[in-house]
Amino acid sequence: MVDVKLWAGLVPLADNQQTVTVEAGTVRELLRQLGDRYPGLREPIKNEVAVVMDGTIYRNDWSVELPENAEVFLIRRLAGG
Amino acid sequence: MNFDPTYRSQKFRSVGTRPRRPDGIDKVTGRARYGADFNMPGQLVGRILRSPHAHARIVRIDTARAEAVKGVKAIVTASDLPDLTNGNQSLFNILDNCMARSKVLYDGHAVAAVAAIDANAAKQALKLIEVEYEVLPHVVDVDAAMLPDAPLIDKTLFTGGVEPTPETPSNVALRSEFGHGDIESGFAQADIVVERSYRTEQTHQGYIEPHACVASCNSDGTAELWVCTQGHFVFRQTCADLLGLDVSKLRVTSSEIGGGFGGKTHVWVEPVALALSRKAGRPVKLVMSREEVFRASGPTSATSIDVKIGARKDGTITAAAANLRYTNGPYADIWAELGAMTSFACYDLENVKTVGFEVLVNRPKVAAYRAPSAPMAAFAVESTIDELAQELGMDPVEFRIQNAASEGTKSSYGPVYGPIGIGPTLEAAQSHPHVKAPLGPNQGRGMACGFWFNFGGQTCTDLNVNVDGTVTLAVGTVDVGGSRASLSLIAAEELGIAYEDVKAVVADTATLGYNDMTDGSRGTFSSSMATISAARNAIGVMRHRAALQWDIPVEDVTWEDGNAKASGEKYGNLSPLSIKEIAAASGNTGGPIAGHSEMVADGAGVSFATHICDVEVDPETGSTRIVRYTVIQDAGKAVHPAYVEGQYQGGAAQGIGWALNEEYIYGEDGRLQNPGFLDYRIPVCSDLPMIDTQILEIPNPNHPYGVRGVGETSIVPPLAAIANAISNAVGIRMTHIPMSPPRILAALNRERNQ
Amino acid sequence: MVSVPVSTTINSDEVEFLCRADESLLDVLRNRLGLMGAKEGCGTGDCGACSVIMDGRIVCSCLVLGAEAEGRTIETIEGMADGNELHPLQKKFIEHAALQCGICTPGFLMAAKALLDANPDPTEEEIRFWLAGNLCRCTGYDKIVRAVADAAQEMRGKRA
Repeated sequence: MVDVKLWAGLVPLADNQQTVTVEAGTVRELLRQLGDRYPGLREPIKNEVAVVMDGTIYRNDWSVELPENAEVFLIRRLAGG
Repeated sequence: MNFDPTYRSQKFRSVGTRPRRPDGIDKVTGRARYGADFNMPGQLVGRILRSPHAHARIVRIDTARAEAVKGVKAIVTASDLPDLTNGNQSLFNILDNCMARSKVLYDGHAVAAVAAIDANAAKQALKLIEVEYEVLPHVVDVDAAMLPDAPLIDKTLFTGGVEPTPETPSNVALRSEFGHGDIESGFAQADIVVERSYRTEQTHQGYIEPHACVASCNSDGTAELWVCTQGHFVFRQTCADLLGLDVSKLRVTSSEIGGGFGGKTHVWVEPVALALSRKAGRPVKLVMSREEVFRASGPTSATSIDVKIGARKDGTITAAAANLRYTNGPYADIWAELGAMTSFACYDLENVKTVGFEVLVNRPKVAAYRAPSAPMAAFAVESTIDELAQELGMDPVEFRIQNAASEGTKSSYGPVYGPIGIGPTLEAAQSHPHVKAPLGPNQGRGMACGFWFNFGGQTCTDLNVNVDGTVTLAVGTVDVGGSRASLSLIAAEELGIAYEDVKAVVADTATLGYNDMTDGSRGTFSSSMATISAARNAIGVMRHRAALQWDIPVEDVTWEDGNAKASGEKYGNLSPLSIKEIAAASGNTGGPIAGHSEMVADGAGVSFATHICDVEVDPETGSTRIVRYTVIQDAGKAVHPAYVEGQYQGGAAQGIGWALNEEYIYGEDGRLQNPGFLDYRIPVCSDLPMIDTQILEIPNPNHPYGVRGVGETSIVPPLAAIANAISNAVGIRMTHIPMSPPRILAALNRERNQ
Repeated sequence: MVSVPVSTTINSDEVEFLCRADESLLDVLRNRLGLMGAKEGCGTGDCGACSVIMDGRIVCSCLVLGAEAEGRTIETIEGMADGNELHPLQKKFIEHAALQCGICTPGFLMAAKALLDANPDPTEEEIRFWLAGNLCRCTGYDKIVRAVADAAQEMRGKRA
């Protein structure tokens, strides 16, 4: 089980939940489950999110495995200079 | 992908040395070809007509008289770039920014374009295009744009991120919030609270090379684009989307790039050049003038920021809060959100809250500029932190060390940090000789910290071993500051060959798989990871070839120092096969030898820096001179230390210009009054001292060699470091950037008259 | 508009061209003569990327008319190296990593050459003020100043 914390902009799309608990082994599974549970999240998940796992930001690698009790945050995909 | 990016400590032979860059001779002899240095047969000259109004409805455009000019081959307006964006708002914003549709939204917004046989015919035609405008009220100031009676940029815009959604439209596109704990109870525990408001003016990336491209569309739907860009694959996608081209049929070649700093991550004129070429049936070269670059490309946000920080007498920060209002130009984006995320990222805070507001104004569409949005937030926060340290009677470095984030700290933007480098940069600052050097009259010393995220991204690399044993490395990340040198070092290191035996090139979009842009400090970080992976794949092939040559199992072949070796005593009489020998035999052992890599280079790791700065303020004129400057930053591993130093120095110099001089100045009419390098003054050689650097190397656990991105963070601390130094020099706290001579003089005079 | 015939010397070669009366020397070099080493960064004489040496003086070629080249001697970046032998300034710019993007480099090299032609032993301050007409946005100038000082030292050694 992993607790996923959502950035404020996503909260209204997820029944106002700030934290959502899902059973997932990888980032991909996690995102799929979030999208299944809250269809409003599907669109932002496509190209607006990055996943922070235990402090490291992942923007693309959805195959990353989620360790037990990992701290997982969805943040916005950022621009760089 | 079978590649393990985990860091492993090793002794380097090539990495960490300072060889000459492979593109050096071309660049010192004038042979290197930039955006404007390329021509095609039958090429036309393109020019763009731009709005003189900050905000107006386009009533009518009549191009008839312009079309009649001799030598004019095509004129395009928004109707030649139909909306194919299919509800994708950010893509539509790019389209509308390239060519205004119903309204012009800022001084300099494109309304039409001409392609003609020469510049004179094009210029003459521009003058004859008749545009009837209905001028609308405009607003350029961030705080004024938030007032209830402000002119509305977009009447259909209702602030997002607030509950319930407002019933009236406004210029505030989005509210975002970050933080944790309870700031009210935090401030209640504080012995001292400092609360200040700050402003920063809009700046431009100021790359010396204006945007330039040559576009050629053929009647069969194929097209070519030569362009100066930070990301030719991204430009290909955007242009193909906007023009309805197949991605595979649009070949984009990145020229040498004359500076970008984030400003060449966006398309501006490229879709227009393609549309002109499509209509004219001939190649079109489109080069922006410097004035166009300032009026219509690039700038960063102007900001207005409130910061409140409280601390106990023992130096512990109990609560911190910031409200950040950032201009976005006329299209909604997330610039304030980035500022809100980065504001307090350096600190370990129990109670913190930041709120960002994206504000639309009649200014050019904001583009990324080196660690976008972070320098302004850092200016406000680090100024306040400094003032708080003063009030507490604490040394500013000591105060920051006491409150610095470290591994396990919950960051102000949410996640918990892994191993990070803010502490080591502060400790290095504390023991740096700079902090003990004596100061002269009217001189003061300041310091500040900075944070940036850094990222990796999609990356593809080809490594070909040629028959003579030399190696060609094709990468897809544009080289903005010497990455061909650093990537050649990486390939040489991994293969065990000489740097001189590797030649790195930036491949075009038709010859390599997709690559994200060179942004987010990712160029060397991600392409070096892909290069290591490609080299390891090539080594696998070469071990196999050596095994064939020796007629032994491949498992018994190892790779050491550029040679295949047969391991085990039974092979004692086999002398190693060098890469040259294996390559020479390749025709009969299976053909060409190559290593390929497609990957997502994630795990870049966040970046921190600490800067120290001495200034001298002339009390008669308010002019500030930088006397001494030191940059301390973690590079993970400096692949080519000279170019790492160059990134630190260049970022610091840009920050110095931002702090002291650079700003967009708008008239009452909403027109930009200083669109040139004479009046928008970037630092010149005589403005600056040598910029000292100290490279810390705390390995990034997510890169085989420990490399981190280094490009952006160095622009974050200078604004605050200089403001803090000025405060220590003349006892005035400057809260408005740039701290130009008139502003400092006015502040000094206010102080004198009190 | 009637074209103007011009005879001039560029990088020791006698050159003839026709240009419009209002055409800049920079446009002539780049568009008519194929000498694209000089860059247009601003077109208003503020950035120095188009610097060339005319009769021994450093000038912004965007502020000189092509017609003004008549009878003059012009040096551009393309003539700085002696065949394959780089000028000491060119070598030192590469050695010191004094360029990142490189767009300003031809202008800096021409300006630095004019400096060392006039003053073989400049102080750091003299280098900084002489080069103040050339903008670089990448380097913070640190490594450029070091490269010029090092080249000056090497060239003095050769002369002695």
